[in-house]
Amino acid sequence: MNSINSTIPGDATMPEKAPLAVEDPVTEERRETVEIEEGKTVGIPFSDNPKFALRNVEVSYGDTRAIRNISLDIARNEVIAFIGPSGCGKSTFLRCLNRMNDSIDTCRVKGSLMLDGDDIYDPRRDVVELRARVGMVFQKPNPFPKSIYENVAYGPRIHGLANRKSDLDEIVESSLRKAGLWDEVKDRLDATATGMSGGQQQRLCIARAIAVSPEVILMDEPCSALDPIATAKVEELIAEMSESYTIVIVTHSMQQAARVSHRTAYFHLGHLVEVNETNKVFTAPEHELTESYITGRFG
Amino acid sequence: MPNRKDDMYGDHISHQFNDDLSSLKNDFLKMGGLVEQQTIDAVNALIDGDGQAADEIRARDKVVDKMEMDLDEEAIRLIARRQPAARDLRFVISVIKMVADLERVGDEAKKIAKFGLTLAEEGQAPRGYVEVRHIANHVTSMLHDALDAFSRLDAEQALRVMKEDKRVDEEYQAAARTLLTFMMEDSRSISRCMAVMWVLRALERVGDHACNIAENVIYMVEGEDVRHTPVEEAEKLVGR
Repeated sequence: MNSINSTIPGDATMPEKAPLAVEDPVTEERRETVEIEEGKTVGIPFSDNPKFALRNVEVSYGDTRAIRNISLDIARNEVIAFIGPSGCGKSTFLRCLNRMNDSIDTCRVKGSLMLDGDDIYDPRRDVVELRARVGMVFQKPNPFPKSIYENVAYGPRIHGLANRKSDLDEIVESSLRKAGLWDEVKDRLDATATGMSGGQQQRLCIARAIAVSPEVILMDEPCSALDPIATAKVEELIAEMSESYTIVIVTHSMQQAARVSHRTAYFHLGHLVEVNETNKVFTAPEHELTESYITGRFG
Repeated sequence: MPNRKDDMYGDHISHQFNDDLSSLKNDFLKMGGLVEQQTIDAVNALIDGDGQAADEIRARDKVVDKMEMDLDEEAIRLIARRQPAARDLRFVISVIKMVADLERVGDEAKKIAKFGLTLAEEGQAPRGYVEVRHIANHVTSMLHDALDAFSRLDAEQALRVMKEDKRVDEEYQAAARTLLTFMMEDSRSISRCMAVMWVLRALERVGDHACNIAENVIYMVEGEDVRHTPVEEAEKLVGR
């Protein structure tokens, strides 16, 4: 999970390109008519009980500003969905939360990003420890080419969470149970993970993320490669996990954002345009751009 | 609240979606127009003592009922196929609710036509028709304005319709008092006066339905639910 390029398949490896590269004529036209005030987010971006407190965050790739002055709180045990058209910066922003952008040379992150009051980008911070606390699940399931058991056991072992085999067994079982996978795989824990179905593989990746007892789970389009049934299982899992974890999910499926999240954040060309209760966003959004996007008027 | 009136129905990436929404809107307005005409015709038939016209109105209510079912089906199909969100969702949901109101207005028109028939058969000097005509004019123009507000996405006008409802209620009370006086003066007129009373009652209900439609228009345009809200508060919500 440490090396972005080898673990994130497909377009998720691409740094968000210059937002202006979007060439949809409708969007182009809209850009002239609707002004976005930089750093201004409508709705309720802040929380009384933040897990993450993010202030004036700016991210750039070389000369390109991918994230423009975004301030946002992510509350404890909240499920927050990031939505927006391709290239709007939502994945870039997500990856700031556990420093997944570190491996991109040209990437610069500015502003204040606090996790439980501590600076995420403190140079002295142990990034491996950070990523154990802030786990990640990717767009396409990416299990290690090892056994099901080893996939889940790997993290706890390298983080020294279990000394004895029996402890490790327990962690593997409870993680697989939480991921709703135990009953399906308990008889074939030694089978290779890559032989599982896509939906099972994704839930295995979630089990793997859970195994190291994270506090936050970041999900970057976790269901885009899954069929509706596997998607429903993962969404069910998200609802259950929200009792113990803080979950940030990037999704292109607005129905999914509507189903799983408490709050929804709409990103547009590197701006955070609106953050509101999900119910509000999908029935009566405050910002015109949010409305245009979720009603399918451009994007 | 976004309020770009030019593209309530259009402007989607999917042109089919635009078409679906526009046709739902047009079909709704068609039904609204028919129901409005039914009410006006029913009152005219009553006042003119025209039994044949009253019969036609009662027959035409079947068309209204059919339109209700067709519109509901259209709206349900749109939800199933497009999963509308935000203003599109509010639009479709409002239409489903307003269609029910229109159908009820159609029923009230039918009821008025029925009393028109009874009164025409009895054929005595009309009493209370001045009041009927007055309230009928008032509520049909409310209905017209509510449909117009829907068509133009005009929340301000919808609010004005809501305000009118109180006046209709007052007029209804006053008319009822007048009819009571007639009944006290001449007990032989009681059954006739009661029939007129029912007609007034039906018209007053038409005003209520117009008001419901206006409330739905405000929800559709502004995203604010103003049902069971005093008009003064609704005014603040709309003005925001």
